[in-house]
Amino acid sequence: MADGLTKSAARNIFYGGSLFFFLLFAALTAHSHWYMVNVSTDSEGLTDSVKHGKEVWEKNMCINCHSIMGEGAYFAPELGNVWERYGGHDNPEAARSGITGWIRAQPLGIEGRRQMPAYDFSEEDMNSLIDFLEWTDGIDDQDWPPHPAG
Amino acid sequence: MKYETQKVALPFFMVAMALFTLQIVFGLLAATVYAWPSFMTEVMPFHIMRVSHTNLLIVWLLIGFMGCTYYLMPEEAEREIHSPNLAYIQLAIFAFAGVAALVGYQFGIHEGREFLEQPFWVKILITISFLMFLFNTSMTLLKGRKTAINLVLMLGLWLAAVFWLFAFYNPTNLAVDKLYWWWVVHLWVEGVWELIMASLLGYLLIKMTGVDREVIEKWLYIIVGLALFSGLLGTGHHYYWIGAPGYWQPIGSIFSTLEVAPFFAMVVFAFTMFWKGSRNHPNKAAMLWALGCPTIAFFGAGVWGFMHTLSFVNYYSHGTQVTAAHGHLAFYGAYVMLILGVITYAMPQIRRVQPYNQVLNMWGFWIVTSAMCFMTFTLTFAGVVQTHLQRVLGMNYMEVQDQLGLFYIMRLGAGVAVAVGAIMLLYSFFGPAREQVPAGGTQITAGAGSA
Repeated sequence: MADGLTKSAARNIFYGGSLFFFLLFAALTAHSHWYMVNVSTDSEGLTDSVKHGKEVWEKNMCINCHSIMGEGAYFAPELGNVWERYGGHDNPEAARSGITGWIRAQPLGIEGRRQMPAYDFSEEDMNSLIDFLEWTDGIDDQDWPPHPAG
Repeated sequence: MKYETQKVALPFFMVAMALFTLQIVFGLLAATVYAWPSFMTEVMPFHIMRVSHTNLLIVWLLIGFMGCTYYLMPEEAEREIHSPNLAYIQLAIFAFAGVAALVGYQFGIHEGREFLEQPFWVKILITISFLMFLFNTSMTLLKGRKTAINLVLMLGLWLAAVFWLFAFYNPTNLAVDKLYWWWVVHLWVEGVWELIMASLLGYLLIKMTGVDREVIEKWLYIIVGLALFSGLLGTGHHYYWIGAPGYWQPIGSIFSTLEVAPFFAMVVFAFTMFWKGSRNHPNKAAMLWALGCPTIAFFGAGVWGFMHTLSFVNYYSHGTQVTAAHGHLAFYGAYVMLILGVITYAMPQIRRVQPYNQVLNMWGFWIVTSAMCFMTFTLTFAGVVQTHLQRVLGMNYMEVQDQLGLFYIMRLGAGVAVAVGAIMLLYSFFGPAREQVPAGGTQITAGAGSA
C-alpha cells in the first residue's frame, strides 16, 4: 500500500490534515457553545439554585451510579428526564414531592434489588438538586431519550 | 537493553501492574454487585467501586505509557535519559496522587464529574508530575536522534497534557460542561492516545520483525493521520443528545464511522510487517501481544464502536450496556494490551536474561483476551435486550435490569477468568525466570504458536 507515497509526504499530510481538522472541530465547538448558551438551554433559568444543585449532584458523585443525558454509570436510572418521568411538566409540585420522597425513602432495603444509599440532604440542597434536574430536563437534546423510561 | 537508563522503566511497570491488579479487584467487586445487589451495600456502595475501577485504569495506563516512553526513548534518541532521578521523583508524585485519590474515594472525598473525580489538588499533582515527565523525555529527544517513532510518541503525550487542561474547566451549564468534558475524554482515547499506541506498536514491530524503519515510519504517519482526521470530528458522536446542534448527527455518524479505518490499518500494518519480517525474534510472547493488540483494538474500538455510533442507532442504544461492552473491549485492546505487550518485550532485557516464561505469558494472553471478549459478548447481549425493552418498548429501567441477571452473572465469571489470567501474566513478568530460550538460538517450534 502507498508505494508511491514517500515518508515525508505522509508526514506532511498528517500534520497539515490534523491541523485542518482540529481547526474545523474547534470552530464547530465554538458554535455549539454559542448554540447551547443561546438556543438549547435556558440560560436565564440557570439560577443560583440550579448551579448549587449541580454542585450537590457532583459532591455526591451521582454520576457513578446514574446516567444523565445517557452519560454515567448505567447502574441506576437515567436522570436527565426524571422530571418528565415524575410528571413535572403537568404537575411540578407533585413531581417535586415525589422525587424528594423517593430520595428520603432510601435505602429501600428490598432483598435482591439494587440499593441506593441514604443521602441526608438539607431542604435547601434537596430543592437545588431538583431544580437542577428540572433545568436539565428542559435542555433541547434532539428529543432523546425515545421514551420517558429513560 | 543498549542504554543503562532504560531500566528507569522498571518501577513504572511495577507500579502500573500493582494498580492494574487493584483495578481488577474493584471491577470484580462491582461485577458482584451487578449479580447480587445486596453485596457489600453497607461497606462500600457501588459508586465507590465504580469510581475506583475507572480511575485506577486511567492512572495505571498513564504510568504505563510513561514507563514505555522511558524504555523506548534512549534507543530511539540514541542517548541516555536526561535525568533518571527526575523520572523517579515524578513517578513518586504521580503514584502518590493516584493512591491518595483512591484512598480519598473510599471516604467520599472527590469531585463529581465522571472519570475526572480526582480532587483539585490531586489534579494539580498529576499535572506537575506529567510536566516533569514531558520535560525529562523531551530533553532526551531534543539532544538526541529524532525519528518518526519518538516524534509521534512525544506529540501524542504533549497533546494529552494539553487536552487534560480542560479537566480544570467545569462550567455551570451542564450542556457546556459536557461539550468540553469530551475534549478530555474523547480527544484522549479516540484521538491523541492513538498516536501513543501507533508509535509504540511501530517501535515493537521495528525491533521484532527487522523490517526497514522507513517502511514502518511511513505507515505510522498514515495511521496517525487517519486517526486524527477521523477522530477529531468523530467527537461529534458524543454531541448527539447533549443539547448541541443537530448537524453533529451527520458529522458524527460519518467521521466516527471512519474511526474504524486507523484501527483496521493497524491490523494490516502489524500482520504485513510480521510476514515481511526476516528477523526471527526470540520473544514470541511479545510478538503475540504486538499482533493481538491491534486485532482486539480493531474489534473493541472499531467494530464495537461502529455498532452503535450511527446517530439513528445511537438514539436507541445510547447509555445502555452496549456502551459498557464497547468501553471494556476498546480499552483492553487498544491500551491495556499495548502496555502488557511492551512490558513483555522489555522485561527480559531489563532483567538481562533471554526471553523467559514465554509459555506462561502466552497462556495469560489467551485467557485474559478470551475472557475480555466473553465479557464483551455478555454485555452486548445485555445491551441489546435492554435497548429493545427500554428504548423501543419503553419499559421501566429497573424492570428491564431484572431481565438481565443471567448476563451479569456470566460477566462476573468472565471477570474471574481475567483475574486468573492476569495473575499468570504478573508471575510471568516478575516471577523467577524459568524457561529461558537458550542464548544464541530460537525455538524452532515456537514460530507456529505465535502466529
